[in-house]
Amino acid sequence: MSERVVYLDHAATTYVKPEVLEEMLPYFSEKFGNPSSIYSLGRETKKAVEEARDRVAAALGAESREIFFTGSGTEADNWAIKGAAYANRKKGNHIITTAIEHHAVLHTCQYLESEGFEVTYLPVDENGLVSPQQVADAIRPDTVLVSIMFANNEIGTIQPIAEIGKITREKGVIFHTDAVQAVGNVHINVKNMNIDMLSLSAHKFYGPKGVGALYIRKGIKVTNFLHGGAQERGRRASTENIAGIVGLGKAIELATANIDAYNKKLIELRDRTIDEVMKRIPYVRLNGDRYKRLPGNVNFSFEFIEGESLLLMLDMKGIAASSGSACTSGSLDPSHVLLAIGLPHEIAHGSLRITFGEENTQEDVDYLLEVLPDIVGRLREMSPLYEKVKRGEKNV
Amino acid sequence: MYSQKVMDHFMNPRNVGEIPDADGIGEVGNAKCGDIMKMYLKIENNIIVDAKFKTFGCGAAVATSSMATEMVKGKTIEEALAITNKAVAEALDGLPPIKMHCSNLAEEAIKAAIEDYMRKNGKSGNGNGSCGVCCRKCEDVHSQYEE
Repeated sequence: MSERVVYLDHAATTYVKPEVLEEMLPYFSEKFGNPSSIYSLGRETKKAVEEARDRVAAALGAESREIFFTGSGTEADNWAIKGAAYANRKKGNHIITTAIEHHAVLHTCQYLESEGFEVTYLPVDENGLVSPQQVADAIRPDTVLVSIMFANNEIGTIQPIAEIGKITREKGVIFHTDAVQAVGNVHINVKNMNIDMLSLSAHKFYGPKGVGALYIRKGIKVTNFLHGGAQERGRRASTENIAGIVGLGKAIELATANIDAYNKKLIELRDRTIDEVMKRIPYVRLNGDRYKRLPGNVNFSFEFIEGESLLLMLDMKGIAASSGSACTSGSLDPSHVLLAIGLPHEIAHGSLRITFGEENTQEDVDYLLEVLPDIVGRLREMSPLYEKVKRGEKNV
Repeated sequence: MYSQKVMDHFMNPRNVGEIPDADGIGEVGNAKCGDIMKMYLKIENNIIVDAKFKTFGCGAAVATSSMATEMVKGKTIEEALAITNKAVAEALDGLPPIKMHCSNLAEEAIKAAIEDYMRKNGKSGNGNGSCGVCCRKCEDVHSQYEE
């Protein structure tokens, strides 16, 4: 194994920042009270939860009472989509989403199809973008919900959320966005963007795992997802994950306070990686929009090689990255996102996702640029597909 | 998730390459499924004297190709035909369940290369050549090993 470790998978998860951890720690030990209890130990943790709620609300341009803590981004997506669908069933049973959503949204929509709902999966263009016009055209009198991700986890494409919000608001349809990848990377204001519901997850912006939140605009009807006690003003039962909620609050405050400097830094790392890799390695394509993409996201397809092999070899050099190949997706098919932007299977299998974060430097990019061409070259020398290209039998 | 032996054969694959005057060549798999194995055999007096491979695929696909070429060298055709996917996987100290189909490809690549040799030499293969494998859909290769 390599001595050098370069973590380039921040879209998968991030570490917890020291200042976040520091605020969390007392809530595991001395400040352990149940926020529902009346005595001072309980009041203390109740106050901590409400302060965290204020911080999340401030980060999103929402009101505090519109923020509900959950156990994850996935729970927030499930709650938003099932909750809005069931609460508005009398109005209609049609839902609109896109072909490139995270499985937390896609599989929830598929479940609702089995419950008798009708779902439209909007296709995306070759860069992974949905147009506001597509959304406008798909809305019907019985449409109760539009759910479109803010930014894609694989190819980083940022959707025209404000434009879509304008349309859904005019048409009176609830608009949910899965902003798990966007928070801390993109400026978000739920009021200006006409967003009705928004999901987020702390571990994507240097907060802890196991805690997320759902913004539900005042007046939006959503059935409860977890039934039980009266926590979260009766909307989401469960004793609060106090330390996690405190960590989420601190992390989102830091993420939004530093967003411009953070973005600038990541964009420099991203753009240099894209330019240099495309210059140094032949038969490569960039997946996702060149500019309308998350500041830290790079997604390539290297032809004639397979993604898992690439990841294993990078790992041996200490580089942690990700791929949309079937071998890493846990299914027979490569990533549904790469297929949705029109990649043939064999090219989707050879994808590499690099996502930069706080601790990365230009030296990390230097190191990647040093090892990646050799690894791609080595795998291609082993590949019978590349052999055909070299002999001129295969058109590229 | 991979054994040390798999990682060794992946990072240092044995017998990568082509044999220009190979007596039998077998190609199995499908780029759409994400793995293709191409095996070259040199055969003298019914004995496999050399084997080389090229593979497009995951870590397990490369490692099983490497191991399969090691296993067939020095074997008679009959012995080589008796090598099963299970034997290849066992020689690598096992594969994760979801990767077992890769060892299947190795077995099929050996058989396809030998069939090619037999056909070229006017001996009776079963007539399917490698096509019985390469024309399959991914699902056929993978489904029996799905969890």
